[in-house]
Formats: sequence, structure tokens, C-alpha cells
Amino acid sequence: MTDRLQKLLDNRDWLLADGATGTNLFNMGLASGDAPELWNRDKPEKILVLYDAFLKAGVDIFLTNSFGCNRSRLNLHGAAEICFELAERSASLAREAVDKRTSQAIIAGSMGPTGEIMEPLGTLTFTRAVEYFHEQAEGLKSGGADVLWIETISDKNEFLAAQEACNLANMPWCGTMSFDTVGYTMMGFTPKNLVELVSDLQIKPTGFGANCGAGASDMVLTILAISEHKPEIPIIAKGNAGIPCIKEGSIHYSGSPEIMANYAELARSAGARIIGGCCGTTPVHLERMKDRLEKKTNGSKPTHDEVRELLGEPSFQPGEKKRVKRISRRRK
Amino acid sequence: MTDEYDDDIVLSELPDDELVPQMHDDLYDGLNEEIVEAVNILLERGWMPYKILTEALVEGMRIVGIDFRDGILFVPEVLLSANAMKAGMKILKPLLAETGAPRMGKMVIGTVKGDIHDIGKNLVSMMLEGAGFEVIDLGINNPVENYLEAMEAEKPDILGMSALLTTTMPYMKVVIDRLKELGLREDIVVLVGGAPLNEEFGKAIGADAYCRDAAVAVETAKEFMARKHNQMIASA
Repeated sequence: MTDRLQKLLDNRDWLLADGATGTNLFNMGLASGDAPELWNRDKPEKILVLYDAFLKAGVDIFLTNSFGCNRSRLNLHGAAEICFELAERSASLAREAVDKRTSQAIIAGSMGPTGEIMEPLGTLTFTRAVEYFHEQAEGLKSGGADVLWIETISDKNEFLAAQEACNLANMPWCGTMSFDTVGYTMMGFTPKNLVELVSDLQIKPTGFGANCGAGASDMVLTILAISEHKPEIPIIAKGNAGIPCIKEGSIHYSGSPEIMANYAELARSAGARIIGGCCGTTPVHLERMKDRLEKKTNGSKPTHDEVRELLGEPSFQPGEKKRVKRISRRRK
Repeated sequence: MTDEYDDDIVLSELPDDELVPQMHDDLYDGLNEEIVEAVNILLERGWMPYKILTEALVEGMRIVGIDFRDGILFVPEVLLSANAMKAGMKILKPLLAETGAPRMGKMVIGTVKGDIHDIGKNLVSMMLEGAGFEVIDLGINNPVENYLEAMEAEKPDILGMSALLTTTMPYMKVVIDRLKELGLREDIVVLVGGAPLNEEFGKAIGADAYCRDAAVAVETAKEFMARKHNQMIASA
């Protein structure tokens, strides 16, 4: 399989990825608690509208509506048996959207976490996790995805299971983790750990980095923490448009298009080559991000103060605190 | 990441004032068997179950909670600690009921509809139990009906809701709005939590409080119970 994303990266300095899927579908009438993936079957016209809005905003890459298309997650909605079909449909709809605009945009098959905890802490075995992801990967491949896109992972083993599934499907892949807990993932994984992890893989991702998390300033600090280790693989930044809040009874995100334009510029200066949004990022945000990336040239790495000034206070102080456990009489 | 442990410490040889801090350490390190052994030793030495619960287990988990909050411990370590506490609780629970230990309050808790994540919710459950609350855990993927049924059947003081996804967190508002419609909102304290939430969000959806982690949830639950208690005294 030719890696179209790799080709694009060979020719361009930076690429614009898309924004939110789930939170944008809310604005289109998806009820909270319902599975966004079911709309691939039930409301394909709305999924096409969302995809088209991203294409119109000028993205180079966009993600399919398949984040939760795995058996474990769809089981909640009694839809485990159709997860292959829903994944396939998410990608074939994307193909339809691209063809309609005769766009060259890359279709990235989104693969989010299973939601289960892996062994030994939890009950999900590595083999089972690979099976879940593999089913999803094959569905996305069959529907016409160009690349598979593992995202919002917090556990190293789940990341490894997902990449193994991509390899089994013989597809190029990208992988991002969510560093949402004071600069770590929920499971205590660091940006440095991720650099080491992907650098040691047999089959390397086309891109890797961070998504979601706790707002734009955290994201840029995370990208700085990744690029500090000079990885050879292109870095991805897909940060949320601020944090969720409720306005007049419905959900909004605090990050304005202007803030997200600042974020895009700083993320690129920090070392990211694929830049997009995550939760709360609308096509309006993306247009502004694209505009800024086109108008400004790539600057030098931002300092922490610049990040703070342009994007607001981050939720953690980078590099300040070492993770030191309390002394225990028993632990050596 | 894997630590090595010294097996030379003989718990039964430690006097009480060394054994209890040792239990705090063992909880911190998530050592299941050692906690079970120490709980049994204290029981043999004539400790009241409630005293073991509060001074050894709850205090130990309080320390774990602080380092979780401060980003020193993460979910894997805290899960191990919580499991060790649970093992200790398993011994104490029937004894607590027999000895008529004080109850802090009652809580119904569950992850909202569409959401499968329960790590945080389980931690809150376990730590509240540890703190003396009776907890009815509804598990994951709860539509509003499940919460209403449990409230009807259990008459809890507190309702806890959890969500990890930005796509499911708005469902908390659906539940709270329904409680308001049914005129039930004033009867119960609603606490919410989960990674994508924040204090503003909690306020905006009409929750009584947002709890950023399990340790905060315990403190907040206690605070609301104390308030309720004071109100009852004031109106008596």
C-alpha cells in the first residue's frame, strides 16, 4: 500500500489536520450518550456534511467518524456485531466526500481506545485488544482509508496493540496519545516515553504525537517535550479548542478561533508538522489556523512564557517537578 | 517502573505504632497480601474494626490521594493501592456492620450513558467505602432511568456521575435536568467527575460540585454530609 501521507510529508513542511468529530456532531443534533458511529448508518448525510465542512476549511488530512468503532465500546449500544460495517462506512463516506470535491485530502481512519483496562491491572488481554483494533482497521481499510490513525491512547500496551493491528491490516499508521494529566497520560506515560516507544518499533508510524488533552497551552508544551528528543518521525499536534463549558444550555469550548490560530503557529514552531484540533475545534477554527500557518513563516521554538502569554496558563509547570514517590520502608 | 520490595519486615513483630505506618506504606505500594495480614494482626490485637478502617486504611489512602492529586502517582499505582484497600475492607466490612460503626452517608454512583470508562468511578467508590460511606455502584453506561430507579430504591444522600469522554459528559446535564423536572433535585447532592470536566462545567450543568479526583470526591462528600447534618440540627 502506498503511503499517501508520507508522500505529502515529503513535499510539504506542514499539514493541516481536521478538528472535532464528536463535539461537532452534537451541534448537528447528536444526543449526548449516543454513539456517534451509529450515524454512519443512520444519518450518513450529516456525516457527509461534517466531512465536507472540514474539506471546505482546507484540511490536508481528516479523520473518519470511527473513534469508538470497536467491539468493546459499541457493545454499549448493542452494535458490537456491526462494528466492521460502521468503520467501513465511516471511510467510504469520507471517500464520497473527497470525490465530490475532487479533493486530494487524506482519509485517516480514526481508532480510539477500547475503554477497557489492559492486563495486569485490568482484564483486557493484549491478544483481545489486537483483535478489537484489527477488526476496526480492516473495516477502515475496506472503506478506503489512506492511513490509520490511532488516537487518545493513555496506556503503552494499548498503543502497541493498536499498532500491531495496523500492521496486520498492512496499512500505514499514525499514533497519538493524550497527555492530559499534568503533562503525563492518565497512566503515567511521558512524551519522552512515547518518543522512545515509536523509535524502537519495527514498523514505524508515518507520524506520531499528542491529541486531546487539557487545552492549547498544555498541547504546545507537550509538543516541545516531544521535539526536545529530536524524533525522526514527523510530530502530530491535535489539541482541544480550550476546555468545555456550557453556554445557554449547550456545550461550547473556551478556545476562540484566534487562540487556535496562535496555537497552530506555536505548535508548528514547537516542532509539529501535522497540526489540527480535537474536541471543540470547528471548521471556523480550522480556517483561521490554516490562514495563520500560511501567512506566518515557521519561527523558533517558543519559550514557556510565550506559550503562557499567547495561549493562557497551562495546567502544569514543565520539567519542574520530578516524579518522586514517597519513601517506603519496604520498597528498595 | 517496577519496584522491588524487601521481604524482611515481619509485620507481626511490629508494635502497633510501627505497624500502622507500615500499612500506610504498603497501601502506597499497593501490596495486597501485606494489607490483609496486617488487618488480621490488628484484629487479633483487639483493635476495633472502625479504628483499623480509619487509622490504617483511610489514612493510608488519604496519602495516596495526595500524591495522585499532585501528579506523583498515576492511575496504575492508585488502582493497585485501591485494590489493596479493598482486600482489607473485605475483612472489615462484615465486622463493621456487626459492631455498628458510624455510617457517613449513602451514595449512588455510575458512569453515564454511552461511556464505558470506570477507572475513576471505581476509585471514588472504593475510597468512599473506605471513608465509611455506603456506596451503590451502578457500573457503566447508565441512562437517566437507572439513576432514578436507584434513587427511588436506595434513598441516597449523594448522587455521583462520571464521564471520561467529551461526547458523554453533557449527558450529566440530561440527568440533572430530569431530576429538576421531577422535583427531585433538591433532595440530593449531585457530585460529578471525569477527566474532561472542570469546575465551571460542573456549575453550569447544575451539579453541587465537581470533584477533580477520588480524594477530592471523598472530602467533598464528607463536607456535604456535615452540612446536611448541621442543617438537620438547626431545623430540629
